[in-house]
Amino acid sequence: MLVLVGAVVRPWGWPEAVVAVPAAGLVVATGAISPAHALAEAQRLGPVIGFLAAVLVLAQLCDDEGLFQACGAWMARTSAGSPRRLLVQVFAAASVITAVLSLDATVVLLTPVVFATAARLGARPKPHLYACTHLSNTASLLLPVSNLTNLLAFAASGLSFTRFAALMVLPWLVAIGVEYVVLRRFFAADLEAGAPSPGGAGAPEMPLFALVTVAGTLAGFVLTSTVGIDPAWAALAGALVLAVRALARRRTTPAAIVRSAAVPFLAFVLALGVVVRAVVDNGLASALGHLVPHGTSLPALLGVAVLAAVLANVINNLPATLVLLPLAVPSGAGAVLAVLLGVNIGPNLTYAGSLATLLWRRIVREHDAEVGLGEFTRLGLLVVPAALTLAVVALWGSLQIVGT
Amino acid sequence: MTVVVWITEGTWPACVDAARTHAPQDAQVVLLHVSDRDVPGLAHGAFAGLLGRGHRERDPGDRVGHLADASARQLLDAAVERFGRPCTRLERAGRTEREVVAVAEGAELLVLARDGDRTRLGPHSLGPATRFVVDHAPCPVLLVWPEPAPGADTLPPPPGPQR
Repeated sequence: MLVLVGAVVRPWGWPEAVVAVPAAGLVVATGAISPAHALAEAQRLGPVIGFLAAVLVLAQLCDDEGLFQACGAWMARTSAGSPRRLLVQVFAAASVITAVLSLDATVVLLTPVVFATAARLGARPKPHLYACTHLSNTASLLLPVSNLTNLLAFAASGLSFTRFAALMVLPWLVAIGVEYVVLRRFFAADLEAGAPSPGGAGAPEMPLFALVTVAGTLAGFVLTSTVGIDPAWAALAGALVLAVRALARRRTTPAAIVRSAAVPFLAFVLALGVVVRAVVDNGLASALGHLVPHGTSLPALLGVAVLAAVLANVINNLPATLVLLPLAVPSGAGAVLAVLLGVNIGPNLTYAGSLATLLWRRIVREHDAEVGLGEFTRLGLLVVPAALTLAVVALWGSLQIVGT
Repeated sequence: MTVVVWITEGTWPACVDAARTHAPQDAQVVLLHVSDRDVPGLAHGAFAGLLGRGHRERDPGDRVGHLADASARQLLDAAVERFGRPCTRLERAGRTEREVVAVAEGAELLVLARDGDRTRLGPHSLGPATRFVVDHAPCPVLLVWPEPAPGADTLPPPPGPQR
């Protein structure tokens, strides 16, 4: 709990790892977790963190290549001055970018581009910004690389990369569909207001090299998983290709690349993993064990997903995943994926957990901005229960068809 | 006489044109745009939800905030140019509907446009913000169509049993 509070409050602007790493050392030193268990946890998380680092670097280099700017130009051109069409394009872009380059890319790199695009068209920006932030969670269901929660679950589930994607494609589409229907109606007045488009936006210059590299990386994921190699290597190869090119053209520096790998964040994830393992070992497993339904029947999957969504809202989806995964693994891959539906769709209800909501209010006050918490929650209440339920049904269907 | 014209994305040209037509020559015309602070707040919130990412300088909310300021300036520039008469420009930030009502306090006329589906008449022609402003306006309101208003022949048939 202290680690979470430390991560949220970040006293004196310290990186989250400053609290989390000593805390991890403390739980090992006090014997709350045996060194062997801590080591096992670190070994389990190591490859996951490497994978994450490669994807973060890949996304940043794609931005350096101008991929996100080109994406904005494409959205502006194809929406032809209609805010409703722009919403469709934002949905397409945010869904694909979240799935392939992870939710960090959508939140940090795509969101400002979407705002700029809406402003350029003269459209009201709010529906499109909501689409971006909501989809960064909801559309992160498809691939193991889409979200850190998925990477953790992927490592625990024993599924191959392609099987994971095959099982999640239907829930992914269903959840995005629910988001679209609800947002389209919720913001109908803003979307119908039109946009006096200045038009004349020329065809954007596509950063072909970055696109081909990303496509190659995706193909690499499929190839490595059929051959039986860790798909993290494909992500690393993709990041390396772009890094070498960017360095050769002096578009970036080695220091900037290392920075984009977010080393303190990686340390934080590792430390959080060890601390959560200690908490789970010391009674949380037995306490929550009664609450987690067993099996992969439809009601059991629903129960798991709802529990995960509640936990993601009460704490945050990252620790919620770490807590629930060991409890879901014995029921099989279906239950693990149900956890993911809960922790990935659930955060749209209260914004990434109550703790983070507190932080959000603090940051927003610092920036002299207002928070329409009422509007956010109303929209979340319309989206999350429907999206979660239908996605679980879709997952159950996929499990019947594809199998694990 | 003070006339406040609410400049909002998508429908502002009609409001400027209406002000040019209906505001007396000697009226003091205020072109008002309010940046909704929810919008950068949303981006700040999404970043805050990414637990453990640190790096405050990567927060997209700051960039969205700057972009919003620039976009508001451009919108008002375009509105001033379209109006083509001396006027006062006013940029505000906050809860849009409340700011508009606050600025309209003491004015003689507030000009705004309907939003909602233009192909269909009837309910839901005002979004939540416009609805609030109309409900709470402290002065007379001139509500205009964003495009030439449809004729009365587009009225739906009256309710009740059909003969």
